[in-house]
Amino acid sequence: MSNNVPAELATVLGRREYAPGFTTDIESETLPPGLDESVIRAISARKKEPEWLLEWRLEAFARWQAMTPPAWSKVQYPPIDYQAISYYSAPRSSDGPKSLDEVDPKLLETYEKLGIPVHERAALAGVAVDMVFDSVSVATTFKQKLADAGVIFSSISEAVQEHPELVRAYLGSVVPSGDNYYAALNSAVFTDGSFVFVPKGVTCPMELSTYFRINERNTGQFERTLIVCEDGASVSYLEGCTAPMRDENQLHAAVVELVALEDASIKYSTVQNWYPGDENGKGGIYNFVTKRGDCRGARSHISWTQVETGSAITWKYPSCILRGDDSIGEFYSVALSHHRQQADTGTKMIHLGRNTRSTIIAKGISAGHGDQTYRGLVRVGPRAEGARNYTQCDSLLIGSDCGAHTLPVVECAHPSARLEHEATTSRIGEDQLHYLRSRGLGEEEAVSMIVNGFCREVFRELPMEFAVEAQALLSVSLEGAVG
Amino acid sequence: MSSLLEISDLHAEVDGTPILKGLSLTLGAGEVHAVMGPNGSGKSTLAQVLSGREDYEVTAGSIRFDGVDLLDMEPEERAIAGLFLGFQYPVEIPGVSNLNLLKAALNARAKARGEEEPAAATLLGRVREAAASLNISNEMLKRGVNEGFSGGEKKRNEILQMLVLEPRLAVLDETDSGLDIDAIRVVSQGINSLRDPQRSVLLITHFQRLLDHITPDRVHILVDGAIQASGGPELAQELEAEGYARYAPQPA
Ligand SMILES: Nc1ncnc2c1ncn2[C@@H]1O[C@H](COP(=O)(O)OP(=O)(O)OP(=O)(O)O)[C@@H](O)[C@H]1O
Ligand SMILES: [Mg+2]
Repeated sequence: MSNNVPAELATVLGRREYAPGFTTDIESETLPPGLDESVIRAISARKKEPEWLLEWRLEAFARWQAMTPPAWSKVQYPPIDYQAISYYSAPRSSDGPKSLDEVDPKLLETYEKLGIPVHERAALAGVAVDMVFDSVSVATTFKQKLADAGVIFSSISEAVQEHPELVRAYLGSVVPSGDNYYAALNSAVFTDGSFVFVPKGVTCPMELSTYFRINERNTGQFERTLIVCEDGASVSYLEGCTAPMRDENQLHAAVVELVALEDASIKYSTVQNWYPGDENGKGGIYNFVTKRGDCRGARSHISWTQVETGSAITWKYPSCILRGDDSIGEFYSVALSHHRQQADTGTKMIHLGRNTRSTIIAKGISAGHGDQTYRGLVRVGPRAEGARNYTQCDSLLIGSDCGAHTLPVVECAHPSARLEHEATTSRIGEDQLHYLRSRGLGEEEAVSMIVNGFCREVFRELPMEFAVEAQALLSVSLEGAVG
Repeated sequence: MSSLLEISDLHAEVDGTPILKGLSLTLGAGEVHAVMGPNGSGKSTLAQVLSGREDYEVTAGSIRFDGVDLLDMEPEERAIAGLFLGFQYPVEIPGVSNLNLLKAALNARAKARGEEEPAAATLLGRVREAAASLNISNEMLKRGVNEGFSGGEKKRNEILQMLVLEPRLAVLDETDSGLDIDAIRVVSQGINSLRDPQRSVLLITHFQRLLDHITPDRVHILVDGAIQASGGPELAQELEAEGYARYAPQPA
């Protein structure tokens, strides 16, 4: 009977296991839980920050204290006790960024286990990697080669020391410290993250990549990433993330700011695989992230591609402010939610300049009791003559206990704008499954093939190696032997 | 006895409605049999039951394929054992290219047999050759499986898969319906090219014109869930002239 299929699929999905769920036994220096001004001063002092940055943090903290958590999203979770979280944790052996030779071998082992190219494999893949372990960046590969090209790729802490004028000029210029509750918290307590600066006319010679990992118990991860491309510069950047399996929920509140000046192009890809919690919704990461790109210059181009398979809760809307005339914003997203995962994700395309164009392709997959919302805003300002947007939201449901919602909002203040929207919702059909099985594919492989096919338009936007990784990740996420 | 497929007294139902009511049919290795019958008589049900479709419940009878109990096997196990179903209504699988599907299907077979996966170049060569013989363009190969294909293109695509997968038994459910005159010829050539002493074909069709191209060894007439008559190719010709009236189930 066709009704049985979802139940059976649910069992298949139910056996998914989270592969990166190991912890690393490393001595670390962790601030006791709690948050007040003294904690912020301690973080800032520990990082030997200039006075202006401490002040910026304190101001953000003051704003945050006056704010309340956003209540408009569909995600539900018990109130977070911000005093129970530790805001700084660093592997003890790591005293700031080092060359790879000096990094604790155990840390490197962790990243190897995760399949992250660190040593020579990095060279093969042509990817430079910055690794953030709990709160601090432990190593950045390929620094020299990048420096030769004039590209700065380092941890943001290091950038604060070595290029304070650049950090100061751009930090908070896209996501102001008081932008929203989580961004304000991040601005107050961010501990590390990546910094990329590509000067005028330079095409970054390799893919840049950061891996974030939360290892310590009861720590939050508040990373801050800032990417700036000057006139005519371009870069492709990938972010990946994992965390061990923990019973308690861990908080992750990142801010990512992208700045593209004239003719610059930034491609930002994320493969998010934070621990999603178990079948009953115990544990898992709360992922409250603010990502925004500013197409500041004419003909600039910012493209977000995200594959979100992890986290108990995802609250994330990578956005583009299309300020420069003829600038282009893109958002390609795959979000998977099952068990008790909740994802409220989407994008904002703010058209301010003339002839600005944006494309939104959002693919949501819900399984088990997973619940998913696409939330999008396309705003066309009064000056944005000739603005164009194409939005496509597709939902794929696996089973009958999951949910998918699509909430697109359009605000248009210019009559010449052309806005198109398409949305579909489908279920994996028993006839599709049977078709593939009748060709010799096992049930799981059939499910994963259908899901991968559904996501193809997004996967093809990912850099090659990462597309393969994303497909593998989706397959793993849907894995489990059929009984 | 070298019978490849032996169906005895098969009873099957869908959503509690009995459809197959004591169907028996034996197909020898290397033979081509045609199954004809009016709309709703149970032809596709037979095909689906053979392929292991889950919402078709077998309530009695048996099916042996190459000496083993087919009803005991999962759909994918049947496929790997050499059973192929060309669907009457092939479904679309958006975003999954034909090439990808064929690769996965061949890899699954190799894996089950403990063999090496076929090299990409070998696969591509094989698929291109089969596609060319069926007038299927490279562009169609790259598109999603049956995605936006016309009715006739979908049927040709089923035959393409059959040629690449080289099954021992191909059950083709109205593969000729919806094909234009040229396509019928091309598809028939494809089916004929597969004929050899080890392989068998069960052709489900409404029309004599397919049998003009592929001469069956036997023709079976399926009415009301059971085979009412079997005979040589002449039986199909009689049908063409007279219809199914004389096979109508007698009131009890
Ligand atoms: N879910 C169902 N519940 C009840 N009856 C069903 C169900 N599905 C199929 N049937 C019936 O089973 C019968 C056999 O259908 P089947 O598709 O096997 O016919 P067919 O011989 O292939 O016909 P055609 O020549 O039109 O393809 C039909 O009368 C059909 O209405
Ligand atoms: Mg039929």
